[in-house]
Amino acid sequence: MFAYRAGAPIRAWQFLADVRRVAHALGGATHVLNACSDRYHFSVGFAACLTSGKVSLLPATNTPEVVRQLTEFAPDVLCLTDDADCTLALPRLAYPEADGAAARRAPPGESRAAPVPQIEAAQLAAYVFTSGSTGTPVPYRKSWGRLVECVREGARRLGLTPQMPCAFVATVPPQHMYGFESSVLTAMCGGHALCAARPFYPADIVAALEGVPRPRILVSTPVHLRALLASDLALPPADLVLCSTAPLAQQLAAETEQRFNCELLEIYGSTETGQIAARNPTRGAEWRLWPEVSLSPEGEVTWAQGGHIEQPTRMCDVLEVSGAGRFLLHGRLADLVNIAGKRSSLAYLNHQLNSIAGVEDGAFFHLEEARSSHTGVARVGACVVAPCLDAARLLEALRGRIDAVFLPRPLLFVARLPRNSTGKLPQEALRALAMRSRGAGAVSSLIIPAEHPALAGHFPDAPILPGVLLLDEIVRAVETEDGGNGGRWRIGAAKFVKPVRPGETLTLGHERQSNGSIHFRISRAGEPVAHGVLVPLATRQQGDHGRQAG
Amino acid sequence: MSDKAPLRQPEPPANVTALTAEVAGLIVEALNLDRAAADIDPDQPLYGEGLGLDSIDILEIALVVSKQYGVQLRADSEDNERIFGSLRQLVEYIIAHRTK
Repeated sequence: MFAYRAGAPIRAWQFLADVRRVAHALGGATHVLNACSDRYHFSVGFAACLTSGKVSLLPATNTPEVVRQLTEFAPDVLCLTDDADCTLALPRLAYPEADGAAARRAPPGESRAAPVPQIEAAQLAAYVFTSGSTGTPVPYRKSWGRLVECVREGARRLGLTPQMPCAFVATVPPQHMYGFESSVLTAMCGGHALCAARPFYPADIVAALEGVPRPRILVSTPVHLRALLASDLALPPADLVLCSTAPLAQQLAAETEQRFNCELLEIYGSTETGQIAARNPTRGAEWRLWPEVSLSPEGEVTWAQGGHIEQPTRMCDVLEVSGAGRFLLHGRLADLVNIAGKRSSLAYLNHQLNSIAGVEDGAFFHLEEARSSHTGVARVGACVVAPCLDAARLLEALRGRIDAVFLPRPLLFVARLPRNSTGKLPQEALRALAMRSRGAGAVSSLIIPAEHPALAGHFPDAPILPGVLLLDEIVRAVETEDGGNGGRWRIGAAKFVKPVRPGETLTLGHERQSNGSIHFRISRAGEPVAHGVLVPLATRQQGDHGRQAG
Repeated sequence: MSDKAPLRQPEPPANVTALTAEVAGLIVEALNLDRAAADIDPDQPLYGEGLGLDSIDILEIALVVSKQYGVQLRADSEDNERIFGSLRQLVEYIIAHRTK
């Protein structure tokens, strides 16, 4: 079995026939942008390029700016797409579907046994691209042999064997390096079945899993796993869950294993290197490298090389070698931006921002890890000096250049950026500016986890949160905004209007008053839940022990 | 005399307005948007243009909507783009499918 689409099987002989047909349709182009969103179509397109000596281009995003740069990189690039509404500014080939019922009949005996095309290990299979600091995507070569070597070790880590073919259900796009390796190549090279769909909502992911026979593997990311766990749906048993693109919290990993009743493996890698390490997060924090890959620390930076890695590569995360072939992951290097598995850099985003007509100066900054939100995604914000632009026009211009997930939230128009005398812009100064620019009426949202401890309320099955916890959240929000430079606060007044339950989403708002106090309000779906006043704690001690000695 | 189950009555207008305000409030809170719920034009696009939400936001909204109203969104029943075409369309979808 090669693949499933909506539960219907697609066999290997069918795949090979489709590959031959699409290879023929691709004609003379030597570079193909494979923009198919259906995973089966993508795989056919990729294999068609392999068999006809064409190179697949796999950029992370298809904004008009990236497309323009791709045509400079490969002037003859042809776009293969299965989207009838595709508007990419490239010569396009619509994925040619097989011709009706005739194609669905199994061909006579000798065609069925058509040999699987052999591809030279050294053949250039694809270019993947990362966001460079100069604003131009940087290409990375992927040769066929190294791709296969990489996913073969991956299959060993996953405990897969050709004798027990699995079905792969993936929420990730096939163009992204992780999706490319884990949802396409691993299946293709190991005799497993891939699923054509890319399910999005939790209910769709559940349906996709239930639609394929076991053994079945879910290939996903922390964003979708969090959503699945938060959805209260009954999860069907799976045989393995793969997770990558960002570290998955231990308790989420444990809950995933428990609710799917199988093991969860995390994969670590990068666009440049492909996957290079794996771990089971419920068993320990250490990652185990692929056997021939090695890490070389150079100050704060770590280089990876060896094995399937095409060339020594500077990793974008802070890695600590903790043993032979093992390391710990400490976080990203400051410039790297990773939002829901899509990677960019502050330098690249800043370059795009400053290239927009009307922008005099602009800079992106990281927002703190979103401690509230079902998807746990932290965004980037931006401060911009652009007296003649408004937000709508600026965002539209940005949309043409960068992936939507990187659009700044918030986008703040300021008079000037706090550059120092050498022109550098310290991140802390930029964030402080952003805080001030958002104005006195700061608002944030807070989600009370469903499993948060609560008191039994007056009514059955209606536990309530103690009000003091809400006060704690407000004080914390204020202190965070003060950035550790402010004083401490005491509760001047507090009124609790409605009970709060675990699992609810609240809005916390506060406004600083001219007399130094802070008015706060907490609401749920626009309805007030609590409000009150914070008063600065006096710095001199009060009471008997506080009086100055005479 | 009909043996069929009674048709689900259309929601009276006042309830729709209240529900629209409630859903707008949920969206603003869940996504930490820099605007008031009352400022969301019920007919402006939510996804892409208009409110400018992306797919992560859609997932986030789908979760709060499922928790609040028991609606499980599916991509194959109706497009993201239609359900999230506007606040009004989202509210209509919730009315038609809510279980809480």
